[in-house]
Amino acid sequence: MNGEEIIRFERVTKEYDGMTVLDDVSFAIERGKFYTLLGPSGCGKTTILRLIAGFIEPTQGTIYFHGKPIQNVPPNKRQVNTVFQDYALFPHLDVFENVAFGLRVKKMKEADIRRKVSEALQFVNLEGYERRRIQEMSGGQRQRVAIARAIVNEPEVLLLDEPLSALDLKLRTEMQYELRELQRRLGITFIFVTHDQEEALAMSDYIFVLNKGKIQQFGTPKEIYDEPVNRFVADFIGESNILPGRMIEDFLVEFAGQRFVCVDRGFAPNEPVDVVIRPEDLELAAPEAGQIVIRVDSLLFRGVHYEICGYDENGNEWLVHSTKKAEVGEIVGLRFEPEAIHVMRAEREDGGE
Amino acid sequence: MMERTWRNWYLVPYGIWLVLFVIAPIVFLLYESFLDMDGHWTLANYEKVLTPIYLKMMAYSFWYAFLITLVSLLIGYPTAYWLTKTKHKQLWLLLLILPMWVNLLLKVYAFLGLFGTYGLANALLQTLGIGARQLLFTDFSFVFVSVYIFIPFMVLPIFNALEELPPSLIDAARDLGASAWTTFRRVVFPLTLSGVKAGCQAVFIPALSLFMITRLVAGNRVITLGTAIEQHFLVTQDWGMGATIAVVLMAAMAVIVVLTGTGRKEGSR
Repeated sequence: MNGEEIIRFERVTKEYDGMTVLDDVSFAIERGKFYTLLGPSGCGKTTILRLIAGFIEPTQGTIYFHGKPIQNVPPNKRQVNTVFQDYALFPHLDVFENVAFGLRVKKMKEADIRRKVSEALQFVNLEGYERRRIQEMSGGQRQRVAIARAIVNEPEVLLLDEPLSALDLKLRTEMQYELRELQRRLGITFIFVTHDQEEALAMSDYIFVLNKGKIQQFGTPKEIYDEPVNRFVADFIGESNILPGRMIEDFLVEFAGQRFVCVDRGFAPNEPVDVVIRPEDLELAAPEAGQIVIRVDSLLFRGVHYEICGYDENGNEWLVHSTKKAEVGEIVGLRFEPEAIHVMRAEREDGGE
Repeated sequence: MMERTWRNWYLVPYGIWLVLFVIAPIVFLLYESFLDMDGHWTLANYEKVLTPIYLKMMAYSFWYAFLITLVSLLIGYPTAYWLTKTKHKQLWLLLLILPMWVNLLLKVYAFLGLFGTYGLANALLQTLGIGARQLLFTDFSFVFVSVYIFIPFMVLPIFNALEELPPSLIDAARDLGASAWTTFRRVVFPLTLSGVKAGCQAVFIPALSLFMITRLVAGNRVITLGTAIEQHFLVTQDWGMGATIAVVLMAAMAVIVVLTGTGRKEGSR
């Protein structure tokens, strides 16, 4: 982190009726980056967004904007704009007036309003839709209107609250590209909230993984995917094989009844750990050539690969993504590189489902 | 086929009701309005309606109905808004509706007692040092009692419209830089206009033909069209004239309903 800091949370806690939804959270947001708050529902990600927007105030702690605390600054005086989950477009106004809303509130000149609105609509590929009613727009188009309505105000930070969740898969993938592209062109900070880990990995510069009101991990998508810090992150960020194990010494770990060479170090001798191996890092091999031997229990064709599920002799479940096919009931070997083994400190009490 | 014919039979009770008590009376009313006191065909009743006496009466009726509607709206909208924000919505709503369960005549008589020369209101004014004054049989007491009676009819539709308003729209307006007042003016009010219209109709139309309150509370000092109808039918026995005024009133109401819209076409949906 070396860019200019825009937003900082310092030990922020938020409680609703005695329920802690955000628990002593601290982090900083830099200018011009694409951030994602990722987590299951109720993890506190939307709460962070609403705190930044100013719809709610923290119970404890301070939020800084350009180094100044922004408690008691009402939402209409903050340099941030939000794209809401249900878009929250005004049904009594047409597309043009929806986008112009913020500018009209600022009492901008009519000619400037017209120019800026048409620029913003162009930005989201909606020229010519000015006089359409909101009810006549499709889900994807409404989404774009919502984005145009927010960016026309030239905010320093754009907050996006699960804006893609209402769209179908194909449109969602398209919009992921568009949003990422939009962020690059505008150069402003995006803070994007989602529960979809693929979306988060595809779009973000940085990801905050949240669970139960706490930040579990912060990092680039690659860091989070490759080096999850705990079982929850590993589980949430993608389908994984997570096995309990023991760190014998640096670069040597024991799990599934065997010892394996790995690339991790810095653990206490014999420290209990969780070991993560991604299904796509496992390679099918002949039983005698395999480091682990499993009996195939089920097989699903997923298009790009087969999803194979099997059990080893200790009863551990193994998930394999392979382009090669295996038969149900077949005994196969699994091979993997030392780099495929990710060792995490065991945090059973924080474990996911 | 069988099922269909059976279903049509269900309509029979209401059909009979409709013909006997809705359509027939209106036809009789129209017929009556073209008869003079001796039962001869005439247009004289309609000519009379256009004389200054009746025009003035009509103007009074509209003016008071307007006043009652306006005061109800000014009290009703903030009340409805506050209701949507309270924790015990159902309880407050019940308290609001409760007076509607009390007989109208009873409520009006209660006000006769309260506003009388030796009533509670005057006693209060006296202790405050303002001194007793004539409250009953004034324009003030007429509007006050009418508003009291009609206010739930104004609050309920507005409350419903406010409840249907997605809270994210208010967040969105604030987010886009609108102050609380601008948010209300540009988003909340336009989107609850359907409820306001429905409430205004529910108050204005019955307020136009009030007669009991005008007689008991306003002491017939305020003569509205409702009073005129009652007097023609019961006192002067000029049924033709009474019917004519009733027809004019109905026409006026129809115009108002059309002008204010059915209230559900646009707005929050």
